[in-house]
Amino acid sequence: MNARLYIWQRATAALMVPLIGVHLITILYAVGDGLTGAEILARTQGSVVWALFYGMFVAAASVHSGIGVWTISGEWFGLAGPARDVAAIGFAFLLAGLGCRAVFAVVL
Amino acid sequence: MKKILQVSIWRGGADGVYQVFEVPAQASQTVLDVVTWVQRHADATLAYRFSCRVGMCGSCAMMVNGIPRWTCRSHVAKVSKGGTLKLAPLANLPVIKDLTVDMSRFFEKWKRAEARFYPSASRKDDVMSVSPGTSGRIDADAAIECINCGVCYAACDTVKWDSDYLGPAALNRAWTLVNDERDAAGAKRLQAVANRGGCYTCHSHQSCQIHCPKALNPTRSIAGLKRAALAVR
Repeated sequence: MNARLYIWQRATAALMVPLIGVHLITILYAVGDGLTGAEILARTQGSVVWALFYGMFVAAASVHSGIGVWTISGEWFGLAGPARDVAAIGFAFLLAGLGCRAVFAVVL
Repeated sequence: MKKILQVSIWRGGADGVYQVFEVPAQASQTVLDVVTWVQRHADATLAYRFSCRVGMCGSCAMMVNGIPRWTCRSHVAKVSKGGTLKLAPLANLPVIKDLTVDMSRFFEKWKRAEARFYPSASRKDDVMSVSPGTSGRIDADAAIECINCGVCYAACDTVKWDSDYLGPAALNRAWTLVNDERDAAGAKRLQAVANRGGCYTCHSHQSCQIHCPKALNPTRSIAGLKRAALAVR
């Protein structure tokens, strides 16, 4: 790993920590308060704030995981060169796609 | 009746096998004593490396029951398992024969890390006064006692997974030089340790710290390099 990847991985981890905290607290609050799925969706649909919140999380998780896959694929599975990059970038895009689909489902 | 140790010793090169020897146990016996007994009394062709026998030279390191150790400073009574010992050459380095490894890759990485002193003054200059109390000198002193034994290199998971990784010893030495106010390498060394296979490859597993016979903390040194090298990326 070089300095650039190191910074991206640490920065995205640092960004995800508060996002995960807010997510968990919100979920616990919502469930504890007895909100139904429909009631939660009524609050998230059309919300720019929640779209940005979860969109940011998806972006950070995709970059963070992609770099992690780059490391693991080389160290554990012996991938090198373009194959290693393709595996990492492919996983990042896969995660980004799945994440965006989930975000769209709750905000659109 | 005299107690007998069951000692399995790696014989041959990379495709070798373990050979079992029965060695008389003695009081205050070190693992190096055991290996020496085998060579002198059981099989004179056994290859191993040692020099000082007192923990100064760092040449007798081997895997003892799966853990890298200085054999001269490892008492059998403390490291054997029920009177058995399993001795192998240091991990993560190519085996030459039996318990000897080829250290050239290890030292090549010291060169790649620019882990050598670049003087900032000539012989015509006065001797530089170095205060022991500066933060740089304190950091350098905390890591300076490495004797290049290779124990941390053998203990490191990341070295095992990534043959390109410079390893804890070379990076630890680089950190002492980064903090040496007499050294002139500056950004050149930081660039060398920031490259692929450098300090950012470390996962901070801390096996180097756990097994270092000098109780040094290369993980801390590498963490220092990670911060310092960001300035030159």
